[in-house]
Amino acid sequence: MVTRLPPVDAVMVGFGWTGAIMAQELTDAGLDVLALERGGWRDTPTDFPTTHAQDELRYYWRHEGFQAENRATVTLRNKEGQTARPMRRWGSFLPGTGVGGSGVHWNGITYRFLPSDFRTRSHNEERYGPLPEDMTVQDWPVSYDELEPHYDRFEKLCGVGGVAGNVNGEIRPGGNPFEGPRSDDYPNPPMHMTFAQHRFREAAEGLGLNPFPVPSANMSRAYTNPLGCQLAPCTYCGFCEKYGCGNYSKASAQTTILPVLMRKPNFRLRTEAEVLRVERSRDGGRATGVTFIDALGEEFFQPAEMVFLCAYPLENVRLMLLSGIGEPYDPATGRGQLGRNYCYQVMSGADVFYEDEHVNGFVGAGALGMVVDDYNGDNFDHSGLGFIHGGYISCTTTNARPIESHPTPEGTPKWGAAFKAAVKENFLKKTSVGVHGGSMAWRSNRLDLDPTYKDHLGRPILRMTYDFTPQDLAMSSYVTDKAMRIAEGMGGKTVNRNKRDAPYDSMPYQTTHNTGGTIMGASPGDSVVNRYLQSWDVSNLFLMGAGAFPQNAGYNPTDTVGALTYWSARHIVADYLRNPGPMVQA
Amino acid sequence: MRRRPPLLALAALAAAPAVAVADQTQFGEVERGRYLATVGNCISCHTDAEHGGAPLAGGRAMETPFGTIFTPNITFDDETGIGRWSRDDFWRAMRRGERPDGAQLYPAFPYPWFTRMPREDVDAIYAYLSTLPTETRPKPENALPFPLTVRETVVAWNALYFEEGPLPPAPDRSDAWLRGRYLVEGPGHCGACHSDKNIAGASAETLLGTVKPDAHLTGGVLENWLAPEIRGGEGGLLSDWTAEDIAAFLGEGRNRHSSALTRMGEVVTNSTSRMTRDDLLAIATYLKSLKGPARDTVEAAEPAAMKAGEAIYMDACSACHGRDGGGVEGMFGRLDGSAKANSADPTTLIRIVLEGARSQPSDRYPSPISMPAFDWKLSDQEVADVLTYVRQSWGNSAASVAAEEVGDLRDKLTASH
Repeated sequence: MVTRLPPVDAVMVGFGWTGAIMAQELTDAGLDVLALERGGWRDTPTDFPTTHAQDELRYYWRHEGFQAENRATVTLRNKEGQTARPMRRWGSFLPGTGVGGSGVHWNGITYRFLPSDFRTRSHNEERYGPLPEDMTVQDWPVSYDELEPHYDRFEKLCGVGGVAGNVNGEIRPGGNPFEGPRSDDYPNPPMHMTFAQHRFREAAEGLGLNPFPVPSANMSRAYTNPLGCQLAPCTYCGFCEKYGCGNYSKASAQTTILPVLMRKPNFRLRTEAEVLRVERSRDGGRATGVTFIDALGEEFFQPAEMVFLCAYPLENVRLMLLSGIGEPYDPATGRGQLGRNYCYQVMSGADVFYEDEHVNGFVGAGALGMVVDDYNGDNFDHSGLGFIHGGYISCTTTNARPIESHPTPEGTPKWGAAFKAAVKENFLKKTSVGVHGGSMAWRSNRLDLDPTYKDHLGRPILRMTYDFTPQDLAMSSYVTDKAMRIAEGMGGKTVNRNKRDAPYDSMPYQTTHNTGGTIMGASPGDSVVNRYLQSWDVSNLFLMGAGAFPQNAGYNPTDTVGALTYWSARHIVADYLRNPGPMVQA
Repeated sequence: MRRRPPLLALAALAAAPAVAVADQTQFGEVERGRYLATVGNCISCHTDAEHGGAPLAGGRAMETPFGTIFTPNITFDDETGIGRWSRDDFWRAMRRGERPDGAQLYPAFPYPWFTRMPREDVDAIYAYLSTLPTETRPKPENALPFPLTVRETVVAWNALYFEEGPLPPAPDRSDAWLRGRYLVEGPGHCGACHSDKNIAGASAETLLGTVKPDAHLTGGVLENWLAPEIRGGEGGLLSDWTAEDIAAFLGEGRNRHSSALTRMGEVVTNSTSRMTRDDLLAIATYLKSLKGPARDTVEAAEPAAMKAGEAIYMDACSACHGRDGGGVEGMFGRLDGSAKANSADPTTLIRIVLEGARSQPSDRYPSPISMPAFDWKLSDQEVADVLTYVRQSWGNSAASVAAEEVGDLRDKLTASH
């Protein structure tokens, strides 16, 4: 028995960053909007107040803010022919659930992609010649210049603090000289730096590099955003990644949009509502709405004029597969788009241990750092290197928490008295230099439905076929060498290299930057959605989020996710609402 | 694609009944009545919002020191409301607290303030109420102990404490001051919460110049909240608030010192935020003219309590309120100079630490910035120590808080939940 609900103009499937931004824009345009969120309501004073926000056992170890693995997880194999096994405990990445989504437990690092990142294939082929056959990178159907105003908008929404390196073409000292031109400065100054960042900056400058502060959505001062929502100065408690912020200091849907959106009479949110599939008209050309199940197991059909998939990228791909919309990707033939160009990131780095100096890493924030971009994207000459692209190298101070973090130099036993002594000796004296490497799409890396494993509702879960590629490993090795040179100049007594090897291992945490699978492109032959994130197959269906990235750059994706959502919303309101139908002719 | 402007449509609907029902010639009176009913905040007490009750249909439980009083239905329903009341009936209730059958109303109904209103203002409220949708909702029985169950007791109370009629003339005062005084002492009935009650539950407000002159708008406790002193002249606890600060607080729920929380938040949302800016500035002009009362000398706290309190403060409070108690403007309350912190009675301070608090969102400040509850985390002694520290630091001056005071309030709050 499925209950049919009164229709709405637009339904959001998932209520994190993209669902909240899109709902805010569409309600401003006068539409009736409903958001469906599979998890529960979450707000700062109730769910992560300062009195318990820093509970490591609860949030880090017991994964309270994350999607419950026993309800739905992902299976993994490194290559075709292997049997994929389920990740019974998240490790490598940490998808969220509940209002605010993964945007509740992010670090707040808010980079733009480089202009050349939007032309990955043409830019590199123009400069270096043909790319390897298996490297399936492609150009984005939207340019940096087109996204620029929307980056600016998201950064002002979030109160990002930083130093602009390029304002309208003028290169500014202290910022990133490689970045694309900005129309405006950051709305806030950078965060206060600590000992480790000062050492990193000196070492990087000594090597002729161009260090600048990590752009941060942890507030460097009190900030009121253009919607009137208020954020408080960061207290540098160091509990950002994996945690909600109790001090209103980290940008999230909760702190930047919901106070305004939740007051609107033309917006409603329904929590504990898990969408089963997108429903379509008989000819399949039009979405009629979505079917969802509530916490009591009752099924509902929610009719809607427009459907927006705003879940985490992995879940958006699965919903498309479960709804039977689009052709699943086949790596053997190269046919089909759904699940193609799944990308990740290639993380590595170095640890620096000091003899007498105290780093005091517990004084931190998710985006408190200094960074160099000299080895990212195409900011350096790749001639003869055997790879393209790169990553940023940064020194951030955060995550020094007693359960999660017990740094010891190489060669220390993993348990026992010597281990304890080493932790005690080094806890306050260690910092890290991280490499955040881009991920170039590869023919064999993909997403599809698992043939064996099911979720708590009996639906197939997602299968990930993924490994690091020769491109990834060559790039990572090269940039990690550069990171080691900076780390060695930071005055420590020991430096450990943290390299990244194949095969990809899902256990150690790397980054929650899963992209692709529903990528955007120039035609139905190379993508799932067009440049406005509109499905090629079903013109009143829109797919938000990093699933749209054709490949992943060497930066945290949230700024680009936010900018793409504003870009899409802008064109939906200006064009689609007047003239519903395909916004790009196939 | 269905496209419609729902905001406009809703606004039109909301405005429709008043326009449709009221005679065009009465429109001016009805509109004035609507504004005065907003100033008087009838809707807050006469609506059981907690249980989804219809506006003005009554049924809200009012905790008094003597028991629970349920507010009556003041829609124009014939059986359960005031549909059969004449203008004269309504006037007698507002002027003297008399029901049409001659019975005396309890002064929880603020007729000791409404008595200051002229007949035309009371008639305007009557005219406005008569235009609103009616709702059938009987009033629950009050839970009052004898002898208060006997309404005649109130007649005796009136003889002792009630003073009927308008405020005395003050020819040397400005129009703004006179308007402010009228709003505060009349329809706004600020003293119903912000003045101390004597043993019989009479607000000292009504005894102006007789028994407890210093109690006028110097703070009062009800429903386990202290409504703090709001005297803004020299020596008053709002002396460092400018008239602009007062108007901002009433109009937007926040200013550079503080935020409107639970009870006052309701007043801001339902009443003061809907008042004209001129009226808010008039209120501010009046409050700024009221000098502070003489205060008892504050005894210095025990050094051990200050030391423990400082440690707790740095751990649990300073991240938001600042190491110097300066807060964050418009977000986290400024404790340095705070009227709540410097009040002789620490009830509200203790309660905020135990239960947490939520700033009332407004159009200007949509974020409902909140403080979490510490009742599960801090002992009575720890709450007492940290508040003692707050009350005697950064120039604040108020008496130490004892663990017993915290324990008593904790018990009362547990019992009332």
